[in-house]
Amino acid sequence: MDMSQYLDLFIDESKEHLQAINERLLELEKTPEDMSVVNDIFRSAHTLKGMSATMGFEDLANLTHQMENVLDGIRNRRLSVTPELLDVIFEAVDHLEAMISSIAAGGDGTRDVRRTVEQLKRIEQGEMPNKQAAREEPPLEHAYGEFEYHVLEQAKEQGFSVYEIRVRLRDDCLLKAARVYMVFEQLNEVGEIVKATPPVEMLEEEQFDREFLVTVVSKAPADELQKRLMGISEIDDVKVSRLSSDEPSAESEKAAAPQQPAAMEQAAAVQAEAEAPEKQTVKQATKTIRVNIERLDRLMNLFEELVVDRGRLEQISRELNHAELTETVERMSRISSDLQTIILNMRMVPVETVFNRFPRMVRQLARELGKKVRLDIIGADTELDRTVIDEIGDPLVHLIRNALDHGIEAPDVRAARGKPEEGIIQLRAYHSGNHVFIEIEDDGAGISREKVLQKAKSRGIVSPQAAEHLNDQQIYELIFAPGFSTAEKVSDISGRGVGLDVVKSTIESLGGTVSVDSQPGKGSLFSIQLPLTLSIISVLLVQIAEETYAIPLSSIIETALVKKEEIFSAHNQPVIDFRGKIVPLVRLKDVFAVPGAADDGDAVAVVIVRKGEKLAALAVDSFIGQQEVVLKSLGNYLSSVFAISGATILGDGRVALIIDCNALVK
Amino acid sequence: MTASVQADWKVIAFRLKEEEYALPVQHVRSIEKMQPITRVPGTAHYVKGVINLRGVVTPIIDLRERFGFAPEPYGEQTRIIIVALEDMEVGLIVDAANDVLDLPAESIEPPPEAIGSVEASYIDGVAKVENRLLILLDLAKVLDR
Repeated sequence: MDMSQYLDLFIDESKEHLQAINERLLELEKTPEDMSVVNDIFRSAHTLKGMSATMGFEDLANLTHQMENVLDGIRNRRLSVTPELLDVIFEAVDHLEAMISSIAAGGDGTRDVRRTVEQLKRIEQGEMPNKQAAREEPPLEHAYGEFEYHVLEQAKEQGFSVYEIRVRLRDDCLLKAARVYMVFEQLNEVGEIVKATPPVEMLEEEQFDREFLVTVVSKAPADELQKRLMGISEIDDVKVSRLSSDEPSAESEKAAAPQQPAAMEQAAAVQAEAEAPEKQTVKQATKTIRVNIERLDRLMNLFEELVVDRGRLEQISRELNHAELTETVERMSRISSDLQTIILNMRMVPVETVFNRFPRMVRQLARELGKKVRLDIIGADTELDRTVIDEIGDPLVHLIRNALDHGIEAPDVRAARGKPEEGIIQLRAYHSGNHVFIEIEDDGAGISREKVLQKAKSRGIVSPQAAEHLNDQQIYELIFAPGFSTAEKVSDISGRGVGLDVVKSTIESLGGTVSVDSQPGKGSLFSIQLPLTLSIISVLLVQIAEETYAIPLSSIIETALVKKEEIFSAHNQPVIDFRGKIVPLVRLKDVFAVPGAADDGDAVAVVIVRKGEKLAALAVDSFIGQQEVVLKSLGNYLSSVFAISGATILGDGRVALIIDCNALVK
Repeated sequence: MTASVQADWKVIAFRLKEEEYALPVQHVRSIEKMQPITRVPGTAHYVKGVINLRGVVTPIIDLRERFGFAPEPYGEQTRIIIVALEDMEVGLIVDAANDVLDLPAESIEPPPEAIGSVEASYIDGVAKVENRLLILLDLAKVLDR
């Protein structure tokens, strides 16, 4: 049977399952007792195993199978969740990801996973990767799953009592399994055993120390149970405690103190239960279809063509001035604007797709660095154009690594500074106007003004004279300068020569900006501002001699006419007075060496543009008008042209260049 | 790319000054008539700018100026040959282009020390077909910045 037609589907779904496993594993680490999480992971792993076996990817199926066994162990409470166990599972997931990538890239998905398989096998057999951790098990304690909880509730409603009985065998007890059997026998006579910890199979195999715990529903009073059990020989101690109605909810509301009124806890438990299914139904409620991204790209390209033609039609109808034609063209323009909104929205992807790999990255880095770090993600559902999403991952990885490595201090240092040992990195995304902001804030050491200055001077990034006039903000911005790195020791995490300048240039190439703020001792904040979409932008078209240029509206503050006598000179640089601010005047005809450009007339048309806090006045010959245009690249042959960020096709079919204002504002 | 191991070549022949040049047809996307070019400031003198090639912004090189020949005004015969190499698409302005030829492998010779007026490094080889002498261009070198 030819499987190739299912391959794409297989790859897509495998990736989804792996992502789900990743997310749930992190959750499991936080709530190791939550069996619903283990079940989710188990289901994903199981599906993955089935799919890969069907597709004939042996290594993949084999590894997933072992993983499944371990998960099953956790599910049946034979194994307990420890960081070491999770490390091995994470490693297995890493392998799985690599195999899927290899398959997606046309490979056969084979990989040497023997070591990991071996480790998983050992864990499955009850051998912990770290024996120490295994023995540090907390005192026996029952946690009830949803199903068991319901059983207990029902039993109570029917007038049964629920007892938790702790049985300790004598040190010299020889036939432990036999005693267990007798205990169970006695209890079964007067009630029903709902649960045992360790599980019955382990008790029967004598895989327990001296103590075990059983939960029984019975109508008999507690002291009768006590008496019955104490009658069995070789039993050291029996403690029977009656469970009140709120206690079984311990699992869902572990942190909640038992002193809290029972009603409140009940409510909380119900809520916690209600939450999970609700999430699922919301997901199911919206009907979606899977569309190949290439098709969306083609749709976008076709639409871009349409926008170009729309511009052309608008121009023709203006020239002809024919009422019906004008009306039709106007309607078409409106419809195509709506269409544009829809298509652009379709290409929007939640930043979650980028963010979701960070929790694991932070976990791993924090362990490597011996730091305690918590990553808080806010606004993961914020949407961005797919093209931006594709590019933003690496800069964010860099900034987060940076925050972990240079920002957050080691736990002892933090303690000494009176901070909680666990550092917090907050990753935020939100919309504002036509932009999306992504912020990375840490509560670490902050940026040392002096160290930055010292390094910048020694690297020749600023002259000592210039350094004296810099304010804090300007000094912090120096870390984005090429060739700058403040790490005192080069670590594996960051500071591998790839500096923040790369982050800055990547973000600027996306039409965005990045800034940094810091408070020594309190932490730093990196803020990235990105355009919502890259492909269709609003521009002001301007004329310089015979040439037409486009200036993105996003960087324009306003346009003005400046009289000749209002142009001054400061340090050989022409400047104008714009609302009380001295703004440098940049003559585009000089910057772009426009042929046939005339000298300034009595008044100069200027476009005031902004880059961060700084302004510049771009002198042009005349303004043509505002237009929506499709941003196109100049092609790979002309990869970097000074002060030109791209090109667009105008209504008459000619190409106009788009000015990169960032390069012109100094 | 040594000429000796190549099988028969299918080439586009074009004229530049008084000489005939050839490019392998697999690199040629299309041949266009002259059209308005938008100048791109701050580029090499032989980069004439960009054109709108059916919605794709395509850079244009004047091959005469690339090779250091005196520029000529463009005329009726002037053509833009759109070529593709790796991830680049570039238009080359030539004096005329109107022939597709099959060059037998044995007609191709390595470039002589000095041929015509083009610097030998741009040349992959020469071919003699009947009475014509064709200069095979090394596109990678021509597009090298």
